[in-house]
Amino acid sequence: MNRLRYMSVRVLQGLLVLMCIATVNFMLIRAAPGDPVAVIAGEAGASDPQFVAQLREQFGLDKPVTTQLANYLGHITQLDLGFSYRQQRPVLELIAERLPATLLLTGSAFVMSLIFGVALGATASRHVGKWVDSAITFVALVFYATPLYWLAMMAVLVFSVQLSWLPGFGYFTVGSDATGFARAWDIAQHLVLPSLTLALFYMAVYARMTRASMLEVAQMDFVKTARAKGVRMGRIQRQHILRNALLPIVTLAGIQAGGLIGGAVLTETVFAWPGIGRLMFDALLQRDYNLLLGCFLVAAAVAVLFNLITDFVYTLVDPRIELG
Amino acid sequence: MNRRELISYSLAGAGLSIAGVPMAALAQQTKGTINVMVQPEPSGLMLGIVQNGPTQLVSGYIYEGLLRYDEKLEPHGLLATAWTRSDDGLTYTFKLKSGVKWHDGKPFSADDVVFSVDKFLRKTHARLRASLEPLESVRAIDANTVEFKLKYPFGPFISLFDTGSMPMIPKHIYENTDFATNPANAKPIGTGPFKYKEWVRGSYIQLVANELYHTKGEPMVENLYFHIIPDAASRAAAFESGKVDVVPGGAVEFFDVARLAKLPGAAVTTKGWEFYSPHSWLVLNNRKAPFDNPKFRQAVMYAMDREAMVKVAWQGFAKTAAGPFNQHVKFASDDVTKYPRDLNKAKALLKEAGYKGETVKLLPLPYGESWQRLAEMIRQNLIQAGIKVETTGTDVAGWNQRTAEWDFDMAIIYVYQYPDPALGVARTYTSHTIAKGSPFNNIEGYVNPKVDALFDAGAKALTDADRAKAYAEVQKILTEEVPVAWLHEINFPTLYRTKIKNPISSGVGLNDSLSRASIG
Repeated sequence: MNRLRYMSVRVLQGLLVLMCIATVNFMLIRAAPGDPVAVIAGEAGASDPQFVAQLREQFGLDKPVTTQLANYLGHITQLDLGFSYRQQRPVLELIAERLPATLLLTGSAFVMSLIFGVALGATASRHVGKWVDSAITFVALVFYATPLYWLAMMAVLVFSVQLSWLPGFGYFTVGSDATGFARAWDIAQHLVLPSLTLALFYMAVYARMTRASMLEVAQMDFVKTARAKGVRMGRIQRQHILRNALLPIVTLAGIQAGGLIGGAVLTETVFAWPGIGRLMFDALLQRDYNLLLGCFLVAAAVAVLFNLITDFVYTLVDPRIELG
Repeated sequence: MNRRELISYSLAGAGLSIAGVPMAALAQQTKGTINVMVQPEPSGLMLGIVQNGPTQLVSGYIYEGLLRYDEKLEPHGLLATAWTRSDDGLTYTFKLKSGVKWHDGKPFSADDVVFSVDKFLRKTHARLRASLEPLESVRAIDANTVEFKLKYPFGPFISLFDTGSMPMIPKHIYENTDFATNPANAKPIGTGPFKYKEWVRGSYIQLVANELYHTKGEPMVENLYFHIIPDAASRAAAFESGKVDVVPGGAVEFFDVARLAKLPGAAVTTKGWEFYSPHSWLVLNNRKAPFDNPKFRQAVMYAMDREAMVKVAWQGFAKTAAGPFNQHVKFASDDVTKYPRDLNKAKALLKEAGYKGETVKLLPLPYGESWQRLAEMIRQNLIQAGIKVETTGTDVAGWNQRTAEWDFDMAIIYVYQYPDPALGVARTYTSHTIAKGSPFNNIEGYVNPKVDALFDAGAKALTDADRAKAYAEVQKILTEEVPVAWLHEINFPTLYRTKIKNPISSGVGLNDSLSRASIG
């Protein structure tokens, strides 16, 4: 099957999956107790039936649920994600505003965890049984088992509150009008703690997986053959073992990448990072249906996209895998 | 700055004033920045449309009402300079300050007041709409005079003019538009001491000093930043690391307050909540057994160790509630039935009420750790008296819906009572406010025609003596019948850095006080 045809079939399948996800999400959210009107009336600390009815009508919540669902699905096919009840702005605009911060955070955590994780795993497997191996395995186990939330809080307390080395909150220094390089440097400093905390867990996972996978491949016959032929050890490690050991890591990286958008709720909350994870969480608490559905849909679209990319990367890592 | 620079700067300063710069201009000079915590992120800043707590905190600097109220709840002029009440109590006349300008430079006048009250707020402001029930008409007599005519005397009328209850809305921007979708909602325009500058969603809101402000010498600070930090522990860390200077009550957990207040250069105050008078209680669903029996409700009161809750859940920042009136509310009376903890009395009352050990459900208020601890203590106390209690958890949206739909046995709640019993107290006990689907009214379903009549008489009586009599009697009846189990008057603590001078200067506290604060 040729590549173009394969890709277009997969894209169509992906779109179908997204519509199903949108429908299921819609139903699930409606099953939760409370609605945006109850939240808004509650926050105002007072209301009367007139106020409640006014809001329901304004949000279209007075119509039957099936009509609301049909309207919603109709709109998203035209890439209209609707209007946020609470923030009084288009959902797409709100998401677009928050997306860069999240992509910067999760993207840098992704790259960091992948590079350091694979490097540590490879180092451990090369020194298997020695102290280096034990040290790496131990550290990976600790980061794997420590709750992200606790780690984030400790990072803030130590590096921001006690030592004042790094900013503990936000995306940039509020009130500074820095531009260009100064602004990039400012953002980079703010990025260190959150992206590091977020990276540690996956770094541990990659390290453990790379180590195990490389040790397994090292037992295989073609490696023994290579060694018998007198190929240098470094070359065997890189060309023969690592390359073959990479497949499970690509799978895992694909999953992590798929969660790049929604996977940072806790980190964004602790570090007051103005990303989409927090937007999603607030929307959930406030039953801001359209905004929440919009966030879910974008996150789902990214997951579908990365599934496609992962399949594609498989064929690059291991040419024996065919598209089909 | 080293010493030599300091000297040369001060010389330059002296030289300037000698050179004839008007002293008023120097006095007006604003400097510095105050960083404030706001929690949660406001949903909007148009105070006429959005009335929740965070909006009031930020928008109280952008918008203004006709009056402001000090810590003793006495009215002072803000946009009004003088006001009179006719002898029959039916006509109120307000003289407005002249020369007041909106942030866009247009003049503020009596027409704006009439538009705000009659056209705008009546449509958008549920709480004010209820309080404006007695208002017959409002009209502009001339550019600086407004007259309110009432259908019948209404004692609390003079307490309605604070910025949160009756903010002035610019007529020239909102007239003949759809209020809810007017683009100006995104860039609010008021007459206040600070102007809207920027709102980076999820990060901060910035206000800057209004150079056209009508009160000379205010504000004294150049910038106000309101920081949005979603996690309570992170908010504590932000104050600790010096990133934020002012933390309003409730933004950090109560058990963190004492520790943060001890940091060098930090202080805590409980002033500035007098106008709101936060009061908390356990709503008892009077519609169903066993809560339909007053004896059972009294037993609940006797069972609770509210003193211990003050110490453990509120860390001292609260006071046991005597009854339905917060002590700051006018006409609060001490001549009421009191309920000190007495397990034996509670058990005897349960027997009398014929309680058979059925399980009752408790719905905690999901506002954080302190409220959670409070719920646990209540459950423990009631179990000690022999009442079977099960706690059911939900998030804020679920809590709002379940209380509004009367879907609970017992629920923890707290409400603002405002200075006058007719504004914030009556709504939770009178029968005509019972309305399913709408929160914060008489959700317990208590019906007593005598109580209705007394609250009505208290609101409409012409003299304070008559009002006091009606309210004293209503407090006696309510504390006898226990429609709800009163818990505490909460004294919300405000954390601030001592470099900020005069951080709280009115009964609404941080919601307007930073206009008069400076950095020393």
